[in-house]
Amino acid sequence: MDNLTRLSFDVAVIGAGPAGIAAATVAGESGAATVLLDDNPAIGGQIWRGDLLAENNKEKTQWVERLKNSSAKLIPGAQVFHLGAETVAAETDDAVFQIEYRRLILATGAREFFLPFPGWTLPNVVGAGSLQALIKAGLPVSGKRVVIAGAGPLLFTVADFVRARGGIVLGICEQTSWNKLALFAWELSRVPGKIQDALRLRHGIRGIPLWTDCWPLAAIGGEHVEAVRLSRDGRVCEIDCDYLACGFHLVPNTELAVFMGCQLRGGFVEVDEHQRTTIRNVHCAGEPTGIGGVELALVEGQVAGYAASGREDAARQLFRQRAAHRRVVKPLRRAFCLRPELKSMAQPETFVCRCEDVPLKSLCEHNSWRAAKLQTRCGMGACQGRVCGPAAEFLFGWKMDSPRPPIFPVRCSSLAAISEDGALVEQKRKPAKPPEAVLF
Amino acid sequence: MGDTIIVRVNGKPVSVPKGSTVAIAVLIAGATSRISVAGEPRAPFCGTGSCFECRVAIDGRLHRRGCQVLCEAEMEITSNG
Repeated sequence: MDNLTRLSFDVAVIGAGPAGIAAATVAGESGAATVLLDDNPAIGGQIWRGDLLAENNKEKTQWVERLKNSSAKLIPGAQVFHLGAETVAAETDDAVFQIEYRRLILATGAREFFLPFPGWTLPNVVGAGSLQALIKAGLPVSGKRVVIAGAGPLLFTVADFVRARGGIVLGICEQTSWNKLALFAWELSRVPGKIQDALRLRHGIRGIPLWTDCWPLAAIGGEHVEAVRLSRDGRVCEIDCDYLACGFHLVPNTELAVFMGCQLRGGFVEVDEHQRTTIRNVHCAGEPTGIGGVELALVEGQVAGYAASGREDAARQLFRQRAAHRRVVKPLRRAFCLRPELKSMAQPETFVCRCEDVPLKSLCEHNSWRAAKLQTRCGMGACQGRVCGPAAEFLFGWKMDSPRPPIFPVRCSSLAAISEDGALVEQKRKPAKPPEAVLF
Repeated sequence: MGDTIIVRVNGKPVSVPKGSTVAIAVLIAGATSRISVAGEPRAPFCGTGSCFECRVAIDGRLHRRGCQVLCEAEMEITSNG
């Protein structure tokens, strides 16, 4: 059995993206014994993901340096799989941690929102942000023909990035309308720093066709994707490609917050001015409280870090700055909200749940997420509904149930280690249910 | 471009940039990562640890997410298991 390492901290921060790094740094600087956990091998989260071929950006380098100089302890590669009122359980490659905390800060970020369409399970059909992440992790795309589709400003960032790495971006397909996009660009000018970003990006993607009112109808191919069929201004067209990178903006990672019993509002974690959730000792910062990008995440992280370490005065100094950055949240939501036509991308035979290969036609017979889970195994696979859950909510209006322990697939030895100890089970606010027996 | 290292994907040596993840080794090898319940070959999809499509066996340990593990020299990666 893996050794159980017991640790105790004043503040535990989960997620080492911008919000988590900022939170842990200021908590550490404020004298609180602080730990920062992240499931990736390296810190940075999605937006500051390390790149094999490029230097880190300046802002990231400065924050990481400040984190290192603080007293906060970092545990990378740590997957949180259970939470109690005062304890976090996490496993790394070769260890299991049980960490006591007084205050918990959830900085779990966001993931891409995926929608099913015929052929979306073909190799080389990936998410938009996914393609960027894979390139940063070493995937060569020089000379590869790439179509980028979906929704959100990430499509532009990825187009710029792919082209800089020698890929041939054949087009950006944005499902929203030109009018909404233009309004968004105008609204960005009211948010500090954003207009410069937008202009830089516009320069980066010059010459790449941008099609609005455009979305994928199917990915076509044998062993991997060879072409994409698009709906473009109401007409159907096909484009040959080596990669289809398709993501429909972001979905907040609220699983841990929901598991803790924190209240959500409109799909996001409800927080007060100190980033406190509705659970007494749990704070939340960054994308789970509203998709707003890196600058907002940094400020929210600092507010949470100061508040969790008893420095409400320092947190208060940041409220004005936070309000300025929050101005991006609503325009983002309005500009890239998904059009109803996207519900008809998936065909009866299209798999909605990729883990368990559950086609749309099997889901249509049910009237809730729970019924669909029980009858079809939708959302019961390894990803625990992280991909198909948000899709099913969009397609059918179904709300996902609260996650059950373990929150993430883990080694049996890790479960055994914490069960034997008993501390977590006793502290749970709900009666402990046995873990699902088959995780894969 | 920095150094490269050699790993094996399904027994075949593959050269990858140092610091690459296992998911990248699978893609560079032209392999797929797993066979789905219905028998479809699947390859890395989300690249960020949430979809589990890239799971492979690494040095005999099953069901590891290739996108969350860095390649090490001589690593044995077995896919489509």
